[in-house]
Amino acid sequence: MFAFIIRRAIQAIMVMIIISLIGFLVQQSLGDPIRDMVGISVSLEERDILRTKMGLNDPQLVQFFRFIKNAAQGDLGISYFHNKPALDVIFKKAPATIELVFITLVLILLITFPIGIHTAIYPDTKFAKYVLGFSTIGVAIPVFLTAIALIYVFSVELQWLPSYGRGKTVNLWGWETGLLTWDGLKHLVLPSISLTSLFLPLYIRLIRSEMMEVLETEYIKFAWAKGLKKHRVWLIHALKNTLLPIITVFGVEFGMLFAFTILTEKVFQWQGMGFMFLEAVERADTALLVAYLVVVGMMFVVINTIVDITYGVINPTVRIAGTK
Amino acid sequence: MKKLFVLGTALLLILSLGLIASAKTLKLGLDADPKSIDIHEQLSGGTLQFSHWVFDPLVRYAQDMSFEPRLAKRWERIDKNTMRFHLVKGVKFHSGNDFTAEDVQFTLNRLKTSVDFKGLFELFSEPVIVDKYTVDIVTTKPYGLVLNMMTYIFPLDKKFYTGTDDKGTPKDAVVKVGHSFAKTAFPSGTGAFKLTHRDHGVKLVLERNENYWDIRSPGNVDKVIFTPIAEAATRVAALLSGDVDFISPVPPQDFKRIQKDSKVDLVTFSGGRIITVQLNQKKNPALANVKVRQAIAYAVNNVGIAKKIMKGTATPAGGTSPHGYSGFSPDLKPRYNLEKAKQLMKEAGYANGFTASMMAPNNRYVNDAKIAETFTQMVAKIGIKVNLKTMPKAQYWDRFDERAADILMIGWHSDTEDSGNFYEFLAMCPDTKTGYGQYNSGNYCNKEVDKLTIAAQTETNFGKRTAMLKRAEKLIYDEAAYITFHWQNHSYGVKNGVNALPIVNAQNFPYLGDLVIK
Repeated sequence: MFAFIIRRAIQAIMVMIIISLIGFLVQQSLGDPIRDMVGISVSLEERDILRTKMGLNDPQLVQFFRFIKNAAQGDLGISYFHNKPALDVIFKKAPATIELVFITLVLILLITFPIGIHTAIYPDTKFAKYVLGFSTIGVAIPVFLTAIALIYVFSVELQWLPSYGRGKTVNLWGWETGLLTWDGLKHLVLPSISLTSLFLPLYIRLIRSEMMEVLETEYIKFAWAKGLKKHRVWLIHALKNTLLPIITVFGVEFGMLFAFTILTEKVFQWQGMGFMFLEAVERADTALLVAYLVVVGMMFVVINTIVDITYGVINPTVRIAGTK
Repeated sequence: MKKLFVLGTALLLILSLGLIASAKTLKLGLDADPKSIDIHEQLSGGTLQFSHWVFDPLVRYAQDMSFEPRLAKRWERIDKNTMRFHLVKGVKFHSGNDFTAEDVQFTLNRLKTSVDFKGLFELFSEPVIVDKYTVDIVTTKPYGLVLNMMTYIFPLDKKFYTGTDDKGTPKDAVVKVGHSFAKTAFPSGTGAFKLTHRDHGVKLVLERNENYWDIRSPGNVDKVIFTPIAEAATRVAALLSGDVDFISPVPPQDFKRIQKDSKVDLVTFSGGRIITVQLNQKKNPALANVKVRQAIAYAVNNVGIAKKIMKGTATPAGGTSPHGYSGFSPDLKPRYNLEKAKQLMKEAGYANGFTASMMAPNNRYVNDAKIAETFTQMVAKIGIKVNLKTMPKAQYWDRFDERAADILMIGWHSDTEDSGNFYEFLAMCPDTKTGYGQYNSGNYCNKEVDKLTIAAQTETNFGKRTAMLKRAEKLIYDEAAYITFHWQNHSYGVKNGVNALPIVNAQNFPYLGDLVIK
């Protein structure tokens, strides 16, 4: 296990170096950050002086190695727009995104498992057919459309829920949370529903088909024959073996979830990392972009490592490579 | 005596109750918040809006473009190079310091050290303090736009911004990258509002300055909560749902929606930003032919663009200068005439047309990409095949600097609110030494336009100056130096009861200090 984690840590570092290199290569085509910092009538000369002062006129490789050197000391550069260390900006925005993702995950779990299991056990009911039909439509609707439709119905027309932002937040040991205020929770409803809606169909279908497959296996038939209670057969014996592929898909889909927070955050003006990322692209705030890519890359490695470890816990027959 | 005391307390109580009852909060949702709270760091609309809320200028523009006295109550020209300003007495900064002529001198000197502002103040030398409330603004040459430039002087609190801060840097430093006192400390201005909270890109809170000097201001807003909402659809939804009271800009496609809703109003005001495309004469020889350029001008139906694409929120342009500017001339009208355009193409020897490349931003001006697409369709009718590429502004300006296409789009707002600024940047012969023609990607060059524009800079006689600028404007129009579409209007969506109309202006600096909410 220890060797496995060490290997993953080395992998993570490699991933981050490669990501930052890619980030550096694309930043040139993103535009000139100086443009966002000065008024339009500032002369080319003045802009060039500023660029030299910021080290942006140095060769790409020199800039890259300077970045790596600083990064090794935990300094990922200074965001041009926020005028603060890029990592500080990211950590300040992270709680908003993490809370949104967390609530979305909870909603996905709470909705998909009961429905998925139910439709697997009773595949011929009307309910099952409606759910499947509906979920096909769900897959086809882009998230920003769902978001705008929700805003239109619940904010503009009914005026039940706020249309944008995080609302009132509370500072809990440096973590700005919106989960502890009524206003903050109200602000969470629409964004988390839009984001959840995107993943419901996939997971309901996945859980359903996996479960149906498992219900056909010999050991389930054996369990029935043994006269076990039906809830025990469904929820313990069948469900447990359904989980493995679902977790695999989740590990991969987690990236998608993050990618879609970007769109959701933009529509709802949700002050998280995704929104920050899009604004950074618009402003050619390249320092912040590279830092964001590195942090997200790191998160991916961590999550996939956790997924790999859970495999072993759920199904001991799966051995993690390198463990004994 | 006791009765009097009771009566007095009762009166006070009623008054204070009245005050509480009238406490108004404005929830503001503009597309972006100011980049810095150091108002000399970046010359941008956002910075200037903020300056008008937290500071006061010496003079400001009224809706009819006349000058309205603010911290300068009157002024007179003393000689060719000097103008004397008499300041309002008894004004206090937010810090409690008194406002005097020294603060004006300090502010102008500091502006001259700012990368963004120094270009505007090149002709200005050190102001001379006559007495505590009188200051002479001196220019190195006679200059016709001294008053225009005084709209940029928002006196800073000299005492507050002098010395060194706890990091050992001078407090008056203007710094773009890294720490400075002025962009970390909440400013001390004279304005109607004090800055009390700022989370950059998230929220900005302003509270009424209870010692505001301008007691004649009708403004009754006690608190402004400003949340930037970049996404246009979200901004409109926030207004319609009642989450904010005041938004800008309103995307043209939502005008009807806002006008239809009985709880909100749409307010528009004509602005001075001209939207143009420039025709690069060096890159594409066809565009060097004056007849071809004229043909393009005749082929463009800008009245139609203003109506259909801008939904009536733009004023179709003939010339470059909008109404109210010295160079404006009502004779220079939009000139859509397809037959004439075809005729000119034939005369120019391009009856079969030609091919040209074009680039335009897609997130800089209102409906910029749509305007560019429509332009290509319009010139296709006279045989010009345009290959258009649109891109986000962050990438666009690099391409613009490279002059990467034959036809490039640019919108321009004159910083001086004067015609000369348009010609200096867009029409004068490009010269890297003097900096003139910095944004003239078309390489249009007419020595007479240059001569007139430069002469107008030092001409202080209004009549003579206007004649010069009008002549330059006509030359640019006649030779179709570039193609003008329209002047963009400013648009605001407000909740009923927010009386926005009297406080908006051509500059898009809503004077929130004077805003009245019912």
